[in-house]
Amino acid sequence: MTNVIETRGLVKRYGDLTAVDHVDISVPQGTFFGLLGPNGAGKTTTLEIIEGIRQPDEGEALIFGEKVWPRNRALLPRIGVQLQASAFFERLTVEEQLRCFAELYGVPLARIDAMLDMVGLQEKRKVRTEDLSGGQKQRLSIACSLIHDPEVVFLDEPTAALDPQARRNLWDVLRAINAEGRTVILTTHYMDEAEILCDQIAIIDRGKILTTDSPRNLITGLGAAYRILLSEDALAEAEAERLPGVESAALSNGTLALTTYDPSPVLTALAERDALQGLQVTSATLEDVFLTLTGREYRA
Amino acid sequence: MNGFGALARAQWVGFWRDKQNWFWLMAFPLMFLVLFGFLFRDAGASKSTLTQIGSVAVIDQLPAEAKAQFNDLFEVTKTTDAAAALEEVRKGDIDAAVEQRGNEVILHYSQADQVTAATVRGTLSAFVDGANVAVSGQPPTFTLDATAVEDESLKPIQFIAPGLLGWAVAMGATFNAAMPFVTWRTNKLLRRIRLAPIRTEALVASRLLVSVAVALIQMVVFLAVGVTLFDLQLSGSWWMAIPLLLCATLAFMAIGLIAGAVSKTAEAASGIVNVIILPMAFLSGSFIPLDQAPSWLQSISRVLPLGQLNEGLLDTMVRGEGPSSALLPMAILLGFALVFGLIAARLFRWED
Repeated sequence: MTNVIETRGLVKRYGDLTAVDHVDISVPQGTFFGLLGPNGAGKTTTLEIIEGIRQPDEGEALIFGEKVWPRNRALLPRIGVQLQASAFFERLTVEEQLRCFAELYGVPLARIDAMLDMVGLQEKRKVRTEDLSGGQKQRLSIACSLIHDPEVVFLDEPTAALDPQARRNLWDVLRAINAEGRTVILTTHYMDEAEILCDQIAIIDRGKILTTDSPRNLITGLGAAYRILLSEDALAEAEAERLPGVESAALSNGTLALTTYDPSPVLTALAERDALQGLQVTSATLEDVFLTLTGREYRA
Repeated sequence: MNGFGALARAQWVGFWRDKQNWFWLMAFPLMFLVLFGFLFRDAGASKSTLTQIGSVAVIDQLPAEAKAQFNDLFEVTKTTDAAAALEEVRKGDIDAAVEQRGNEVILHYSQADQVTAATVRGTLSAFVDGANVAVSGQPPTFTLDATAVEDESLKPIQFIAPGLLGWAVAMGATFNAAMPFVTWRTNKLLRRIRLAPIRTEALVASRLLVSVAVALIQMVVFLAVGVTLFDLQLSGSWWMAIPLLLCATLAFMAIGLIAGAVSKTAEAASGIVNVIILPMAFLSGSFIPLDQAPSWLQSISRVLPLGQLNEGLLDTMVRGEGPSSALLPMAILLGFALVFGLIAARLFRWED
């Protein structure tokens, strides 16, 4: 697989603060790639350097093997960048915004309809952007960044400040973008979002990439225990502790929590005893990965 | 040019949908035009008031033509009460009183208002002289035909309209350049545009096109209101105002770009622009004609871009000078545009 994006030793300093500290990223063709980290970790600065908006102090970023800095007009039609939701021309309607961007990229105006369908804004086409809701603005902003059918798409915190319903709608749109074969780079501080959407995740903190892998590998790589939760009347605590594979059992607030590294025999034994009341199984999450890597609780 | 048309259209549509632009760049300057237009409408045409005590043969027996002329200059009331008439002159209620005893015409005036008194004296003595010539039966040897150098129909509107138009265009072009670039830097639209495969020149040129179009619309509206409402008389080479306004738009757009580049917020940019444009409008004679102003003020006006624009507009639109009179102001305005444009290019920032 060829890498669509390559960065080599990116460094960006603001005074004493090193916002981006020797970042190396490789993103293969068609990957949904997530830059995950708390606010202020350096995600956005890294993304802006790759987009060619910001000049790095050291290192270089390449897209399709071409340098992105200084402004490379040959590269621009191949990349799509979604910015903050407010980056629109004042007092234009949804349709007029898309038309303007279509013309800036010199693509057929038929793309406007395709984009409106894709982000579900057909019935809002005559509405001025100032009158859209936050989620609608985000979707329009994504439509504007995809109007020219780019091969690589950059999304900077696309679901920030959206309500849960709007977030889920947007996730469907983002999956569809990636399913069409585009390479997608996303920054987010939501663990669940990264886990659900991304093929590859780079965890970034204090300007450094801590690790890069698929969400599954990151989590299983921790070797973390599973937690099996039951109602307190399902089983006695002492009996639970003696089940095969159970490391520990604890009762608190009416919930019996079992810890195990091998959930299959435990679940079988529980089923045999007909003791599955209130069953919940949880595994480690990316938050546990972050905690393990940094020794700090993850605070978005 | 790639993207030029799209950017120009987007800005044009956005501009006219903003009712604030309608008000500040059209209605507001027009308000001044209408206000000044009505205030000064009858200035210069005011008649002197004259009370005629008893019968004054010199006036009463004027030939019809001279009588009409006389009535244009004096508003005459008749009375037989000499004492009351003199009291009115003393109080300033009327400008003068006149009576005739035999062949002696006596004019009573007040020294309190010497200018008016001199006017009345001069005018009336001209009529008395005219009557003397007529009585002598000889045709007059010399005649005087006085004409104003500017235009026979010279009225204050002739000076007000070009000056206010210059101010409106300067304000429009400067705001139009300063505000969008600050707003677009703040809301990241500038970054979004930069990410599209267009040339920077297309962005600046599209803004220029919108500003020039706005300036020409301002001109059409101003002239239409001036001509229909206030009988503004345009002189032969008024159309030279179009290239003049084009050069001025360039110069003021460059000033606006500088204001936009040094401002972090739209409010700051708006403040800077006002601080530049409003004093300049006063010093350049947009609100008060500078013809009677002290010479140092006229010198200041000449080194201001708006002073040059106003001078050019006055020359071509109302003073009746030839088209070539606009060339020097145009050249100076282009010089301002070049210098300010270079500074603006140096200061220009895509990002905060």
